[in-house]
Amino acid sequence: MEDLSLHILDVAENSVRAGAGTVAIRVEEDSRGDVLSLEIEDDGEGMDETTKKKILDPFFTTRTTRRIGLGLPLLAEAARAAEGRLSVDSAPGKGTRVTAVFRRSHIDRKPLGDIVQTLVALILGHPGTHFVYRQAVDGRTFLFDTRTLRVELEDAPLDSPSAISLIRKRLQEGLASLRRTT
Amino acid sequence: MPKLTLEELAKVREQARKKTHLREGGEVRAKVTVHMGTCGIAAGARTIMSTLLSEIESRDVRDVQVTNSGCAGLCSREPMITVELAGEAPVKYVDLNPDKMKTIFAEHVLGGKIVAKYALGIGSEKTDFPKE
Repeated sequence: MEDLSLHILDVAENSVRAGAGTVAIRVEEDSRGDVLSLEIEDDGEGMDETTKKKILDPFFTTRTTRRIGLGLPLLAEAARAAEGRLSVDSAPGKGTRVTAVFRRSHIDRKPLGDIVQTLVALILGHPGTHFVYRQAVDGRTFLFDTRTLRVELEDAPLDSPSAISLIRKRLQEGLASLRRTT
Repeated sequence: MPKLTLEELAKVREQARKKTHLREGGEVRAKVTVHMGTCGIAAGARTIMSTLLSEIESRDVRDVQVTNSGCAGLCSREPMITVELAGEAPVKYVDLNPDKMKTIFAEHVLGGKIVAKYALGIGSEKTDFPKE
């Protein structure tokens, strides 16, 4: 994986496959504390203790199409490489929360990458799932919630050409506002 | 989030109404599934998805459904998609890049003709017929 936005896409796809109704993604950058953290939280089926212990083992997967599951081990490795760590909170019926913390200025910290592409791929690929994205950069916050968008669209589906453009535009403007220096 | 403008809402709703109408008439042209497992993502599935969505947007196509799926067990052939035209057998395309995606969209999804050279499983077990 080249950047963190691809890891986010990968972990969020797991959430959808765990039957999540809502997937909440949070990215927080704190330059003073030199921390960048990612959090992907879902209300899917969750995992029992035995499964949770095995998920960082690359030779474990719940899938039956192949025998190796590299998603979380790769993210754990990316965090470790930037003096960070990965933690997973989960219980059956309680959903799952994956948190990865990085030292922001570390030379091996992967760039955040294209968050817009990741969110558009998730939203359009899973019209039945709600996505909430929150990014904070040194106290400035951007929030995007497909539930709010659906209310505004009065339940019109999100996969028409004009809705795709609208979602993309909203995200681009919101993320740009985080980087603006005033 | 900023509020939607009335024009934006009207546009989305109008397109949605037409799409629903098509679906009720059983006329969704095709379903395109992008394989979005760890293997697919690492190999470029997100770029394939973006290319597909840009084609839908720029050509204003309203009767194609897009969805994501997981790993299909052929990790070495990612990025992969599956194209299923209404009433026809699904076709898997492998080793994709944006250009191949555009060709498949134009020729198969819109044109109805399978792009054999990018498809999985066509010609993989070639028989050498005896020459006369």
